[in-house]
Amino acid sequence: MELLMLALTACLINNVVLSQFLGICSFLGVSNKTKTASGMGMALTFVLTLSSLVCGVLYNFILVPLGVQYLKTIVFILIVAALVQFVEMFLKKFVKALYDALGIYLPLITTNCAVLGVALINVQKDYNILEGTVYGFATALGYTIAIILLSYIREKMEYNDIPKPFRGFPIVMVTAALMSIAFFGFAAFK
Amino acid sequence: MSLKKNSPAERIVNGIYTENPTFCLVLGMCPTLATTTSATNAIGMGLSTTAILALSNLIISLLRKIIPDRMRMPAYIVVIASFVTIVDFLMEGYTPAVYAALGIYIPLIVVNCIIMGRAEAYAGKYPPIPSFFDGLGMGLGFTVALILIGGIREIIGAGTFFGLKVTPASYVPVNIFVLAPGAFLVLAFLVALMNKLHIGFARRKDVDLSQGMPCGDCMNCMKVGMCGGKPEKLQKAEILSSKTSAGETAESRHKEEEA
Repeated sequence: MELLMLALTACLINNVVLSQFLGICSFLGVSNKTKTASGMGMALTFVLTLSSLVCGVLYNFILVPLGVQYLKTIVFILIVAALVQFVEMFLKKFVKALYDALGIYLPLITTNCAVLGVALINVQKDYNILEGTVYGFATALGYTIAIILLSYIREKMEYNDIPKPFRGFPIVMVTAALMSIAFFGFAAFK
Repeated sequence: MSLKKNSPAERIVNGIYTENPTFCLVLGMCPTLATTTSATNAIGMGLSTTAILALSNLIISLLRKIIPDRMRMPAYIVVIASFVTIVDFLMEGYTPAVYAALGIYIPLIVVNCIIMGRAEAYAGKYPPIPSFFDGLGMGLGFTVALILIGGIREIIGAGTFFGLKVTPASYVPVNIFVLAPGAFLVLAFLVALMNKLHIGFARRKDVDLSQGMPCGDCMNCMKVGMCGGKPEKLQKAEILSSKTSAGETAESRHKEEEA
């Protein structure tokens, strides 16, 4: 039950992009088509779940026993970068179908600050490995929901007559602001 | 303005005005939105990023002939992450209040694409002194942008500026501006204003922001921050999924209107 609440909080109430501003760059950059948005969402879910598991294991079983917790930032960013490379190679070799679906989005994820952010939040909030992995998965799910919703709105918006200075970037930010207000509604679940 | 190219002064002017990282290069959006709840937080984030940017630029520039070309990305990451860890500890020790307010966003400076972008675009190619000042200028430009956004949000949302009351007593603060939606709204209106006045984004001819914005994947991309919003990987992704002609018709419609 506690895990479910944790997941719900991570996914909707404290939505990763709309209230914590992690992964904004790709949220705004890849959301102009629903297809690319859902591809990005799936790839992020895959990597984020895996990376929060791996970072949790390494932190608890290697960094803590050695007493070098201060190295966590360096270690985590290198783990994430290496992990993305390995996942890409593994999928290319063994799971061709999944590689074709996620392939191009995988390298885009290394610098998504949501990945490093979740690994650091897991440490900061003292989540154990299971909680950390659930938190990572739920966060990615929240990201996917937000980016797909935004992409639907943006596809509709293509037909609207937007004042010239607001075209492109500003109107997307206004849309994100309205979505962010809407997501405040979920705070009532708390 | 005629300043000698790559001189310290030219680099600083370039960072603050000509190529302002927030308003002209559209880099580092996450900390821009997340840490501008007040002018104080904005200045804390801006200055810590400036310190890391200048120092990592200096070290990367000194090491530029030693680092093999194929290994440069991991090497840059390690240099940047080391400085981030140092700044993290210094802030925890000396400015605990700002540290608590910025929280996780201090270690996340590692993935700020401004830093990786300058390492790749400038420090890896030029000598140490101009590289240091390039980092300093870019960092100050980022700080100015953050204070601008943070100041507007703080004045409207809390009625204060750097913690001092500036609005008349009858003004009721609009709380939503210090919450998440306010960040999006303020940046949206600032950019729209700059588009209207033809400064900032609009001055860059190679960036067509009506097409969206850069993907933020500066660490894997060779044209960090200079891609004009159309990185190669994203183009590939779009070709694969662009059976929908919706975007194109709307774009051509806009173009017709303008013509």
